[in-house]
Amino acid sequence: MNAVALPILIPLALMVLLIVIRSALLSRWTGVLGSMLMLVIAIYLFSHVNEYGILILQVGEWAAPFGITLVIDRLSSLMLLVTALLLLSISIYAIRFIGDKKEAPVFYIFFFSLAMGINGAFITGDVFNLYVWFEVMLLSSFVLISMGSTREQLKGGIKYVGLNLIGSLFFLAGIGLLYGKTGTLNMAHLAKILQYDEQSILMNSSAMLFFIAFGIKAAIFPLYFWLPASYHTPNITITSLFAGLLTKVGVYALIRFFTLFFVQDQVFWHNLLLVVAGLTMVIGGIAASTYYETRRILSYHIISQIGYMVMGLGIYTPLALAGAIYFIMHNMVAKTNAFLVSGLINRFMGSYRLKEVGGLYRQSPLLALLFIIPAFALAGVPPLSGFFAKFILIKAGIEASRFGITAVALITGLLTLYSMIKIWNEAFLKKLPENQEKDSPVVRIRFLDVLPSLILGLVTILMGVFAAPVFRYTMEAANGLLDPFIYIESVLNGIQP
Amino acid sequence: MEIILAILVGVQYTAGVYMLLRRSILKFIIGIIFMSNATNLLVFLSAGITSGSPAFLGESAERTDELADPLPQALVLTAVVIGLGILVFILALKFKFFSVTGTDDLDQLKSTEE
Repeated sequence: MNAVALPILIPLALMVLLIVIRSALLSRWTGVLGSMLMLVIAIYLFSHVNEYGILILQVGEWAAPFGITLVIDRLSSLMLLVTALLLLSISIYAIRFIGDKKEAPVFYIFFFSLAMGINGAFITGDVFNLYVWFEVMLLSSFVLISMGSTREQLKGGIKYVGLNLIGSLFFLAGIGLLYGKTGTLNMAHLAKILQYDEQSILMNSSAMLFFIAFGIKAAIFPLYFWLPASYHTPNITITSLFAGLLTKVGVYALIRFFTLFFVQDQVFWHNLLLVVAGLTMVIGGIAASTYYETRRILSYHIISQIGYMVMGLGIYTPLALAGAIYFIMHNMVAKTNAFLVSGLINRFMGSYRLKEVGGLYRQSPLLALLFIIPAFALAGVPPLSGFFAKFILIKAGIEASRFGITAVALITGLLTLYSMIKIWNEAFLKKLPENQEKDSPVVRIRFLDVLPSLILGLVTILMGVFAAPVFRYTMEAANGLLDPFIYIESVLNGIQP
Repeated sequence: MEIILAILVGVQYTAGVYMLLRRSILKFIIGIIFMSNATNLLVFLSAGITSGSPAFLGESAERTDELADPLPQALVLTAVVIGLGILVFILALKFKFFSVTGTDDLDQLKSTEE
């Protein structure tokens, strides 16, 4: 028995435990301590994979192509680590921001079921099992997004549920066609069979179904409409949780599928991915610059940043994939942090609308500092993490002579900077609007409120300062993706197709 | 047999898409049910239909060529159960939505976009 299944089993156990616990105080403690435990496990798995290579678990002792395989390679372990870090900071944030005593236990139950789905999706080596984890993740997110049952939340919830369900149907139909053509659903086995596939065009129908399914989850260009329609309605804790994690699972699945086994018709797919990536970046960036509400700006901004990750996959060189992985890590941390800080601004000022807030720099320099770290990281200012992520991607784009997408990426960087400066000017520098009552009770910001932002801000800075070791690790992960021989052999253990 | 089922899948997808495009939320949900059933049938059909053969023969069996492929059946069972759970959730959500807003019209949802 090895520790591979723990990222799934621990959230499951915590979920069951939390169903029994009714008290808000106890469930908060369980939430935070449980997240810490998951972080410890993730660090252990990460160092283990770093040292000894891929970890495999054949569930129930069924040999590879027949049973379900759990695989942790470098990319998976990295995703597990960042996810665990985000979960910990959000579980702390939720103590103060899920105020309702009745809601807190419910929140933590679905918080951990979401965590289970996300971790499962990162470590599974089986296509149908991935579908199941996607559904676990979606069902928990359905509950979380409509929690509270106000009018706006239900409206956002219905759109979110409807569009994501359609995505799941695409996924399942893709599985059906894939199984019909290959007779297997084990990812490594698929990779082995499809390596020498001569009628490559036949796989495109399945690949397209998967592309649309993951595209809906990842919110890429023509499929992103559910995201801005729903992300600003729930409690800010839940929005931060979703913003950091959900879309990235879609991107992870895209990277996994299109590097491991959908590698046949490369010219078509890479051009498609690059066109989609460019449009996603630009449209997300432009839409973000038209709004004057922090959560909406940041929501559209998620979409814009997804474009960079897809761009790395579309360029498809080791450097570009390493850049994409770096970018995913940076974005998960910085984006969640930006949402957490927008929640703090709302607590301090009582509004998310930029027209109604102002003067925060004078009132709380700490908050200004907390905002400026993720904002500058997202905009790509050195020496924060975002600069290196974008730098690697753009360098890879130039080296691969993909000048069109590189230019788009650079221009989108300016749009991002504009959006961030807009929040900065309106919320922090501008004087408080006259018509706002000034004698409103000033909310004291406690240490517990800012602790999650401090943790994530520190990680952003560290990822920038120690860019070289992080880059080396993402480069190894990217090489592992582009040369999947070790992955295939470790899973199949020498079995011939 | 396969051709009939294939046509049925097509008809269900058509009906599903038509219902998805209606304005009523309930009809939207019915559309999802249709599409979900069509997808399940598609997965079931993916390995081909073997009539009258068992999916399991036990370890002593010598001939495996008359075996029906058990995997799509297992997949469909899982998918049906997941689909049922989601359907129940979305119906409950729709009920809650109706009791809060008093409307079943998807056009009324526009206002969160403003």
